[in-house]
Amino acid sequence: MSIQGTEDIILEVKNLQTIFKTDTGDVRAVDGVSFKLPKGKTIGIVGESGSGKSITSLSILQLLASNGKITNGEVFYKGDDLLKLTENQMRKLRGNEISMIFQEPMTSLNPVYTVGQQISEALMLHQNMSKKDAFIRSVELLQLVGIPSPDKRVKNYPFELSGGMRQRVMIAMSLACDPEILVADEPTTALDVTIQAQILELIKELQDRLGMSVIFITHDLGVVAETCDYVAVMYAGQVVEYSDIRTLFHQPKLPYTIGLLKSLPRHDIEQDKLEPIKGNVPSPHEMPVGCRFSPRCPAATDLCRTKMPQLETDENGNQVRCWIYTDEWTGEAEVDIYGETRIAKSGGAKTVLPD
Amino acid sequence: MTKYIIRRLIQTIPVLIGVTILVFSLMHLVPGDPAQIVAGEGASEQTVENIRERLGLNESIPVQYGRFLGNAVQGDLGSSVRSGRPVMDEIGSRFWVTVELAFYSTIVAVFLGLIAGIVSAVRHYTLADTSIMIVALFGLSMPNFWFGLLLIQWFAIGNWMPESLEFLKMRPSGWGDSWRQIILPVLTLGTGGAAIIARMTRSSMLEVIGQDYIRTARAKGVSERIVTYRHALKNALIPVVTVVGLEFGGFLGGAVLTETIFAINGMGRLTIDAIRTRDFPVVQGTVLVISVIFVLVNLLVDISYRLLNKRIDLN
Repeated sequence: MSIQGTEDIILEVKNLQTIFKTDTGDVRAVDGVSFKLPKGKTIGIVGESGSGKSITSLSILQLLASNGKITNGEVFYKGDDLLKLTENQMRKLRGNEISMIFQEPMTSLNPVYTVGQQISEALMLHQNMSKKDAFIRSVELLQLVGIPSPDKRVKNYPFELSGGMRQRVMIAMSLACDPEILVADEPTTALDVTIQAQILELIKELQDRLGMSVIFITHDLGVVAETCDYVAVMYAGQVVEYSDIRTLFHQPKLPYTIGLLKSLPRHDIEQDKLEPIKGNVPSPHEMPVGCRFSPRCPAATDLCRTKMPQLETDENGNQVRCWIYTDEWTGEAEVDIYGETRIAKSGGAKTVLPD
Repeated sequence: MTKYIIRRLIQTIPVLIGVTILVFSLMHLVPGDPAQIVAGEGASEQTVENIRERLGLNESIPVQYGRFLGNAVQGDLGSSVRSGRPVMDEIGSRFWVTVELAFYSTIVAVFLGLIAGIVSAVRHYTLADTSIMIVALFGLSMPNFWFGLLLIQWFAIGNWMPESLEFLKMRPSGWGDSWRQIILPVLTLGTGGAAIIARMTRSSMLEVIGQDYIRTARAKGVSERIVTYRHALKNALIPVVTVVGLEFGGFLGGAVLTETIFAINGMGRLTIDAIRTRDFPVVQGTVLVISVIFVLVNLLVDISYRLLNKRIDLN
């Protein structure tokens, strides 16, 4: 499951930085994000609200609001740096080779056009289909995403459909041109749990059938466990841990990731109560100088508070941004999860990672 | 849809009855004896009595109203006290003059207003936006009669014009056959309306451009032009249509000053003249006609909501 292997990398994000100009100064929403997306796989980007995960995805497609600006980094797709493409070249990729579904199905469809018109638009634009062919294909797509009586639904307006149905329409729309990459920005957050499971199942099934790669943005580790092959954990605009899914859940390295897992309800073990991570995500205007998690980290030392750790890659290709895993670490660290010690290290000793 | 229109038309009946009551009471709400007012000071007892007889003022008020309403339904609004001609004839030709003026003015207002509003919204906070909004503010604050006078000064009298620009001269010598006569009054009314429409379009477009479905459209790879005109504009038009309807109604009833300045014999001037000469039947007639038009324009506005956004349920 290592990322280093011979897998074909379809998208590689390197040191992406995005700022927003605001009245109170520039806000670094994304500050040095890097990850690789192997072909046909799913990478999850997880983090709390405001960690920069949605902005990362919007930056890749260059769909930022007008006050947002990508200041640094590279996004390689099929050998090209997307950030160097012109707006016209980028437009040919959007909705065609890289498409996106959004968090809010209720407001993400245009209220004044029918579902069919909205799906057809991408087909007519990118595939040069005639109106009639696009319409026929729209019905097929609605069928593909499991909408009953698609020939009738295709003529419906968004307001005539439920939230789950609308998200299916969004998925149909994003799949219209057989994209290589699907960016799903919290596609199930606004839906109730049963519909959530259906939509996740649908995305997975379509991925298997169509062989696309998926970037799955979510704050829900449960969803990650079910859908992703790799995970990038984001905190305060940075990727802080990146690994394959098994490693993340069984051998989490970062105190932050461990904290996230501890706050997740589990039914396979006995839990008296969930343990939240204390404190809040730092305000973008007052970023800590050192490790951004240090004010909330149970293992933080002076080193953590004064110097920013780098994203280090281990022999398996997994990455972590934490001083504990470097030779410079001299302090003591002990972080436990469900009563088991996960990290135990004291000055100079080797990191202990129980299975 | 047809059902809806029929029902709406039926619903206008109570509104129109209300209007007739108001219009009818005009004569009785004016202090003093209407017959005496119409006859003027110093008229003989006999004349006043004759006028009272002719206007039917001897009957009880409900009977008078009943007769007024009955006649109005049949298209008879009485006769002008001054000219003796039927009110409907007095209104007749002038009505179309005003409708023509209002119609062209609305077209100019919508055309200029939409373009200015869209450009302003798409390039918001740029120099273009600021300039357009400053001009629009001028358009809003400048009284029509003043702007009309300026236009006459510049383009009708036009002493500043060198000979090569003479073709720009518009001499409104009356109403009727030539665009040269209609263009200045239409500009006077239309630019004021355009200012309001521009501001409304801008704010409505800005709101729509921030919506999630606009981002969806961009994510689909459509060009900014299509995003603006296909995805945003249709959504942004609803409040604009309301304003356009009100503008058109306003042009019909409120073009008095413009009609006076350009010596256009329209409804506005007819109303003003009738008020000045206390020609009650004519005042009643014009107010009633304008009200009916207003009600119908509002109906059209409501129907166009539905055409723009199927979500708006007319039932």
